[in-house]
Amino acid sequence: MIAHSIFFYTFSLIAIISAIMVTASKNTVHSVFFLILDFISISCLFIMIGAEFLGMIMLIVYVGAVAVLFLFVVMMLNVAQQKNQWFSSSESSKHIPVGIIISVIIFFELIIVISGWKFKPDLAMKISFTNNQAITNTHSIGRVLYTDYIHVFQLSGMILLVAMIGAIVLTFRKRSGVKKQSYFSQISRESADSVELVEVENNQGVKIDD
Amino acid sequence: MIDIGLGHYLTLGAIIFTIGIVGIFLNRKNIIVILMSIELILLAVNINLVSFSIFLNDLTGQIFTLFILTVAAAEAAIGLAIIVVYYRNSSTIDVEKIDSLKG
Repeated sequence: MIAHSIFFYTFSLIAIISAIMVTASKNTVHSVFFLILDFISISCLFIMIGAEFLGMIMLIVYVGAVAVLFLFVVMMLNVAQQKNQWFSSSESSKHIPVGIIISVIIFFELIIVISGWKFKPDLAMKISFTNNQAITNTHSIGRVLYTDYIHVFQLSGMILLVAMIGAIVLTFRKRSGVKKQSYFSQISRESADSVELVEVENNQGVKIDD
Repeated sequence: MIDIGLGHYLTLGAIIFTIGIVGIFLNRKNIIVILMSIELILLAVNINLVSFSIFLNDLTGQIFTLFILTVAAAEAAIGLAIIVVYYRNSSTIDVEKIDSLKG
């Protein structure tokens, strides 16, 4: 129990500090790296409390794909160095105290909800998908995901497909001046519009129009 | 204090959620950091779902965390594509200069 609490406090402290650094860091590349650190520590917490599959999936999806995508866009757009301070604004705006007040209100609302929350004893009886301790976490997730949630699972695949098509369509642009192979014009080419029979006079040659 | 329960994990989720909201409100320069704050908020939601799933001994929370992960990845891809297109058109992604709708 001591080791559990030590690991919990360590990882959650790392997660909170790196989350603060994501918003407060002046360099965008640094904030992407702090985001990666945040995801890694949260996935360590997930693995620690017994959701191993989700911890590993978070490492693969967030650190391996999303954070690398963020890094790629930051590198491509050349916005890594923010010249000004992150809180400085050109015009004097009143949104910063309003934002802080709203955030504090939301935080205390969440704390009130958490502290007033009581475990309902008969809730666990009504739950159908219990976590069996004899089989692993991944195995039990697969048993539920591919039977009761199979339609939702396929729908999430459709969401990924739509996102992929949308990202390609958004960033696609036609460039002029790039030589490309056109299969349609190659296949539809006929001998009538490419070969011409020319009557050549003597000592004159053929004038090729260019 | 030494006995880690459900309330500790929920408090951690609340703190990370609030940090994400503060990041959205306070950021004035860079729209990519706003997208990263949205990722932080989704991460806090995932912490809540997983901790409830573990402490209630119910697998449905982990299933829905998987779906939230999918939607978050799709949202990041689409958002970054929109940012790239906007940067190509107007050569800035400064939050204060994106005001063509005069909102």
